[in-house]
Amino acid sequence: MSEKIGVYVCHCGSNIAGVVNVAEVSAWAGKELAKNGVVIARDYKFMCSSLGQELIEKDIKEHNLTRVVVAACSPHLHEPTFRNACARAGVNPYLFEMTNIREQDSWVTTDKLEATKKAKALIGAAVGRVVYQQPLSSLFVPIDPQVLIVGGGVTGIQAALEIADSGRKVFLVEREPTIGGHMAQFDKTFPTLDCSACILTPKMFDAGNHKNITLLTWSEVEKVEGYIGNFTVTIRKRARFITEDLCTGCGVCWEKCPKKVIDPVFEAGLGYRKAVYTPFPQAVPNYPVIDHENCTFFQKGTCKVCQKFCPTGAIDFEQQDEIITIKVGNIILATGWDLFDTRKVPNYGYGRLANVYTSLEFERLSNASGPTGGNIVLRDGKTVPKSVAIVHCVGSRDQNYHPYCSAICCMQSLKFAHLVEEKTGADVYNCYIDIRTPGKGYEEFYQRLLGEGTHFIRGKVAEITDAARNASEEGKLIVQVEDTLIGKQRRIPVDMVILSAAMEARHDAKEVAQKFGISCSHDDWFIERHPKLDPVATMTDGVFVAGACQGPKDIPASVAQGAAAAARVLSIIGQGEIEIEAATAIVDDVTCVGCTQCVSSCPYQAIEFQAERGKAYVIEALCKGCGTCVGTCLPKSITLKHFTDEQIVAEMIGAMTVMKSFEVVAPVPVEVA
Amino acid sequence: MYEPKIIGFLCNWCSYRGADTAGMARMKYPPNVKIIRVPCSGRISPELVLRTFREGADGVMVLGCHIGDCHYSTGNHRTAKRMPVLKRLLEYSGIDSDRLAINWVSAAEGEKFATVIKEFTEQISAMPPFAETMKMEETK
Ligand SMILES: Cc1cc2nc3c(=O)[nH]c(=O)nc-3n(C[C@H](O)[C@H](O)[C@H](O)COP(=O)(O)OP(=O)(O)OC[C@H]3O[C@@H](n4cnc5c(N)ncnc54)[C@H](O)[C@@H]3O)c2cc1C
Ligand code: SF4
Ligand code: SF4
Ligand code: SF4
Ligand code: FES
Repeated sequence: MSEKIGVYVCHCGSNIAGVVNVAEVSAWAGKELAKNGVVIARDYKFMCSSLGQELIEKDIKEHNLTRVVVAACSPHLHEPTFRNACARAGVNPYLFEMTNIREQDSWVTTDKLEATKKAKALIGAAVGRVVYQQPLSSLFVPIDPQVLIVGGGVTGIQAALEIADSGRKVFLVEREPTIGGHMAQFDKTFPTLDCSACILTPKMFDAGNHKNITLLTWSEVEKVEGYIGNFTVTIRKRARFITEDLCTGCGVCWEKCPKKVIDPVFEAGLGYRKAVYTPFPQAVPNYPVIDHENCTFFQKGTCKVCQKFCPTGAIDFEQQDEIITIKVGNIILATGWDLFDTRKVPNYGYGRLANVYTSLEFERLSNASGPTGGNIVLRDGKTVPKSVAIVHCVGSRDQNYHPYCSAICCMQSLKFAHLVEEKTGADVYNCYIDIRTPGKGYEEFYQRLLGEGTHFIRGKVAEITDAARNASEEGKLIVQVEDTLIGKQRRIPVDMVILSAAMEARHDAKEVAQKFGISCSHDDWFIERHPKLDPVATMTDGVFVAGACQGPKDIPASVAQGAAAAARVLSIIGQGEIEIEAATAIVDDVTCVGCTQCVSSCPYQAIEFQAERGKAYVIEALCKGCGTCVGTCLPKSITLKHFTDEQIVAEMIGAMTVMKSFEVVAPVPVEVA
Repeated sequence: MYEPKIIGFLCNWCSYRGADTAGMARMKYPPNVKIIRVPCSGRISPELVLRTFREGADGVMVLGCHIGDCHYSTGNHRTAKRMPVLKRLLEYSGIDSDRLAINWVSAAEGEKFATVIKEFTEQISAMPPFAETMKMEETK
C-alpha cells in the first residue's frame, strides 16, 4: 500500500467521547484499517482547535501522510477547517475526508456500544473512500464588479449607496414607479418619532442622483442566468409612456388628467391619484407613469389631455416595454414585505365596518402629505374620533394565520397611540397579548406611553361589532375583549379601530426565490445561509438577502442588513476572482457516444453537445457538481469528480465490511441425543 | 434478532443537513443506517443501489430535498423518475422493492428524518436478512 493515511478521532469535549469510546475507536482504526493504508490513528480532545490542526500538520510532515480522515462533527461545520490544515501541510485538500460521528452518531444514539460500532463503520467507510480520492485544483473565475439590487425600499437604497460610494456600479431595480418602499408611506418612525420622509427622502435623492447607480424603476427582473461573478440578468422596463429625457416633472399632466383612481399601493386605498401619476411629490425618479389599465385613452381610445398640456412633449403613447440585459457579479434581494390582509379575520369587521382601519391606512391618515393632510378623521372625512382602539397582533402569533411575531407591531401600535393622543386628544385603548419592546430606546418609549394616559388592556380581541346593546354603545364600534389582568370580559365602545396587521412575505416571494435560485421558509420568507452566523448570504453563492424579505424587522435592522449585504458583496468584489466548485463533471471523449442524453438532464445547461466532434462537453464554470448527468449516461462516460462511482462504492464497501465484521456467527445448534 | 445493515445515500443540502438537525435536537434513532453523503439525490444512479445490495445491504435509502427545493433546482426530478423504475427492476430481479426507500427530507425536518430512519429500520428488521433471501432464491 503506497498510501499513508492518518485517522483522527475527535472527543469534542464530552460531546462525542461521552458516548463513543474514542480511544477504542482510534486503536481499532490503527489496527484493523492498517491493511487499508492507515499508518497513524489518534484521538484528541478538540480536533478543530489550533492544537488539533497542528497535530495533523505535524503528522503529515513527520510521517509523510498522503491522505487524512477526521471523524468529528458535521463536515458542514469543519470540512473547510481541516481541508485548509491539510493544504498548509502540503496535502491536497481533496485528499481529506471527514466523517460525522457527532450529529449523526453520538448525539442520536443512546447505546454506547452501538454508537462506538457505528463510529467504526463510518470511519471504515471514510478510509475506504479516501484511498480513491484524487487531488483537485479549484477553478478561479473573475468577479464582475457590477451589482444588481432588487427592491428599492430603505434596505435596497442603503445597500446601493454603500456599494456606489465605494466606486462600484449598481443597478437598482424597483417595480413601483418610485423607490422608497413602505417607509415612504409612514408619518413618523418609532421610537424617535422622526418624520419618516425627512430622513428617507435625502437618501432617495442620493440614490437617484448617484453617478454609480442606475435606477430602473417600473421594472422587474425576468430572468437570471449564470453564477457568482458572472450573472446575466434580463430586466423588463415597463413602458411609462413618458419620454424620460424630456420630462421635467412639472406635474401639469397629472393636474390636467381627468381620470381619478383609488391608489391601492402608496395611499393604501385611502386616497386617490390620477391615471398619470407619481406616487408622491418627492418620488425618485420624479417623472410620472401612465397607468395603462386606468388611462381613458388606452381604455376608450380618446383623451390625450396630458399630451396636449405637457409643455415638453414628453408623453409618448407609443412607448413599448424595454428589455434590458445586464451583467453583474453579485445580487442583493431587498424586496420587503406585504401587509397581512385583515379581511381574513372576519370578526374584526375590516371592509364591512367603515371605521375599522389597517395600520398602513392609519399611516396615510396621520401623514401630513396624506389624503386628509394629516387630520385623523373618520371615513366621513370630517369627524374627529373621541375614542380609538388599537388591536395588536392581527394575523401574528395566531395559529390560524401566522404563528410568528411580526416584531414591529407593538412599537408601531405605541407610535399610533401617541399620534392619536397628540393630534386628537382621544381616549386610546391598546389591546395587546404581550408588549414586546426589545430594541434600543423601545422600552423607554413604552414607559413614556404609559405616562401619557393610554389605556392598556391585556387580552386578545374577540370581536369588533356595531351591534349596540345599550345607549352608550349606539353608533359606536364595540371592541369585545377579555381583560386578562382583571379577569373580566369588557365591551369598549369606540369611534375608530386600528388593526396592527402582521408583516408577511411578499405574495410573489416564492416565484422571486425560484428566479434567483434561493429558497423560502414555510411562511415564504427568504432563507438565509445561517440564521446566526451568516444572516444575509443564501445557499446560492453571489445572491444575498437583506431587510424585511428575510423576515419581519424594523427599519434599523433593515438598514443594518442592507449595509451588511453590501459589505459582503464588496468583499467578494475585492477578491477579484472567486474559487468555484472543483468537484465538477467531466466527459470521457473516448467512450462518449454522443447520444446527448446528459445535455437535457443538466439543471444548469452546463453540458453542450459539440456537433463537430460528436461529443458532449461540460462547461466547467457552469457545472455545479450535482451529478445528475452521471446516471443518465449509459456508456458511463461522465464522471463527477470527488464523487466518482469508484469513491462512492469504496465508501459503501468500507461501511459494509465493518458492519459485517460485527455480525456474530450464529452458533451451530448441537444435536443432543 | 439480527442487526440489519442499511446504507443511506443522502443529498448534501437537505437530507444530510436534516440528519444534522436531528442530531442538534438530540433525537434518538437506531444506529443501523450508515450515511453516505452525495451532492444531490440525482447523483444516485441505479447501479449504485444495485451494487449496494450486491455487497449484502439489507436495505438502501435514498433521501433528497423535497421536489421544488433541490439545491440544484431539478436534480431530484431525476431521482423521482428513476427510483420507481429501479423498484420495478428490483422486483424483477427477485429483490423485495420495499428494501429500497425513497423519501424527501428538508434541512429543517430533523424530526421527520429520525422518524423515517426509525420506521425503515423497523421495516427492514421485520424482513429476513437479505443474504438469506438470496440463498433461498438460489435454491428455488
Ligand atoms: C404599519 C407599519 C409601520 C411601521 N413603522 C415603523 C417605524 O416607525 N419604525 C421602524 O423602524 N419600522 C417600522 N415598520 C417596519 C418597516 O416598514 C420595515 O422595517 C421596512 O419597510 C423594511 O424595508 P425594506 O426595504 O426591507 O422593505 P420595503 O419597505 O417593503 O421595500 C421593498 C421594496 O422592494 C420593491 N419590490 C418588491 N418586490 C419586488 C420585485 N420583485 N422586483 C422589484 N422590486 C420589488 C417594493 O416595491 C419596495 O419598494 C413599520 C411597519 C408597518 C407594517
Ligand atoms: S407634463 Fe410633461 S414634463 Fe410635466 S411631468 Fe408630465 S410628462 Fe413630465
Ligand atoms: S391620456 Fe388621458 S387618462 Fe390617460 S393619462 Fe393622459 S390624461 Fe390621463
Ligand atoms: S454535474 Fe450537474 S451541473 Fe454538472 S454537468 Fe452534470 S448535471 Fe450539469
Ligand atoms: S440537492 Fe437535495 S435532492 Fe438535489
